[in-house]
Amino acid sequence: MKPARFTYHDPAAIADVLALLAEHEDSRLLAGGQSLMPMMNFRFVQPAHLIDLNRVAELGYIRADAGTLAFGAMTRQRQIQRDANVQQACPIMIEALSHVGHRQTRARGTIGGSISHFDPSAELCNMAALHDAQFVLARKGNQRTLGFDQFARGYLTTAIEPGEMLQEIRLQRWAKPYGFAFEEFAMRHGDFAICAVSVLLTLTGSGAIDAIAIAVSGVAPTPQRLRGFEAAARGQMPGHALCREAALQAAAIEAMSDAYTTAAYRTHLARVLTYRALEKAVARFKSQDMT
Amino acid sequence: MSDTRNISVVVNGKSYQRTVDTRRTLGDFLRLDLGLTGTHFGCEHGVCGACTVRVDGTAVRSCLMLAVQANGKSVQTVEGMAEGDILTPLQTAFRDRHALQCGFCTPGILMTMAEFLEENPAPSEADVRDALSGNLCRCTGYQNIVDAVLQTADTLRKTRDAA
Ligand SMILES: Cc1cc2nc3c(=O)[nH]c(=O)nc-3n(C[C@@H](O)[C@H](O)[C@H](O)COP(=O)(O)OP(=O)(O)OC[C@H]3O[C@@H](n4cnc5c(N)ncnc54)[C@H](O)[C@@H]3O)c2cc1C
Ligand code: FES
Ligand code: FES
Repeated sequence: MKPARFTYHDPAAIADVLALLAEHEDSRLLAGGQSLMPMMNFRFVQPAHLIDLNRVAELGYIRADAGTLAFGAMTRQRQIQRDANVQQACPIMIEALSHVGHRQTRARGTIGGSISHFDPSAELCNMAALHDAQFVLARKGNQRTLGFDQFARGYLTTAIEPGEMLQEIRLQRWAKPYGFAFEEFAMRHGDFAICAVSVLLTLTGSGAIDAIAIAVSGVAPTPQRLRGFEAAARGQMPGHALCREAALQAAAIEAMSDAYTTAAYRTHLARVLTYRALEKAVARFKSQDMT
Repeated sequence: MSDTRNISVVVNGKSYQRTVDTRRTLGDFLRLDLGLTGTHFGCEHGVCGACTVRVDGTAVRSCLMLAVQANGKSVQTVEGMAEGDILTPLQTAFRDRHALQCGFCTPGILMTMAEFLEENPAPSEADVRDALSGNLCRCTGYQNIVDAVLQTADTLRKTRDAA
């Protein structure tokens, strides 16, 4: 299995990437290659021009600002796992990344590649949904920033247009202390998840829900936030009844079916994992030292 | 017309200059152009880990990297481990513990575990199993591989303590 012929480009600056994208209609960007290379080896994808981003050093960075955590598209998954700022500010990212493939794939695979590929159960897409991410898309002479709902279009489909590159991903980070949980089910560790659920929350002094976000992925073609539940849960005491309500809302997402996994099974997992994740996030919040 | 590039790569300490098709994978470059057939191709789509080599020290899948991307870099393959007949402690432990049967998966696992042990000199069994998750073995059932890696960590620790 070999890729079909292409013309290879390895620009070193963003401006050069954008110029090449503008010039060559039938082109693909190569990030970590952990999804694109298999597709090219199988010849599912046969671009005439391959534009390699691996020499573009200015696309690899992690920047922690007051309310956001910004990642350059070419930041490797392993680099994020090992970043002290991310470990401190966003421990749920570290948990999520431990499920992304294997050490060899994380050494090459990038956050921008994962989010551009937009697999329905990709952990980093789940993280983007959970943290109300913003996406900076660049084309020659122009730039736009989209929110998650505008960016997510469908199965393996985003708002990135021909001629455009994903340049930066900005997560809106929560101020500590908060409770969090990431629960997923995959057939083997490191496989793509069948279903994954993430939760962020804070409780008031009296123990009621103050703020909450829940993202469910692997069920519908794009990661889903449980917005209805999130709004209704504010002010409620988190116990069995509330966890059950969240689980029922997750089970109400219209589920996909494929040759390996039925819709009914995805729905079952969404229900079970949502219950567990909410329970765990509450327990974690309560066990923190609040002083 | 094919698209080619001249590349210069150091493999196991030796420098090579070659003209390659840009669509040549790094694994095919090692096997077909350099004759280094110790690196195995199992699936050619990133799943089995048999093709794992180290590029500037990092264990990566050579079926998912292009040879042109290794231009100017240093690559290590299984052929670069032993010095003549003298096996590395990791290789010795694999032999002692029967951590291979057919041996197809072994080069990729050795490359992965060599990197892993440099970063985690005192791993738990769970750490080893996690690090091994990206390499498939159809023969051993993994237990002997895990044992061999833990034994290597032990041996290296004793050598360090003695020094
Ligand atoms: C064995 C194995 C197991 C895996 N398991 C998981 C898993 O459990 N969870 C998971 O989430 N992923 C998993 N993956 C995929 C993950 O490793 C990839 O990192 C990810 O899907 C793609 O990232 P990449 O950097 O490798 O991108 P590439 O493969 O290089 O690119 C992917 C796609 O995005 C496009 N693209 C890349 N960068 C940009 C950009 N900046 N702007 C616009 N388009 C761009 C490319 O053109 C291509 O279409 C696995 C992969 C393998 C091989
Ligand atoms: S041949 Fe590269 S991972 Fe299987
Ligand atoms: S020893 Fe045969 S595949 Fe591992």
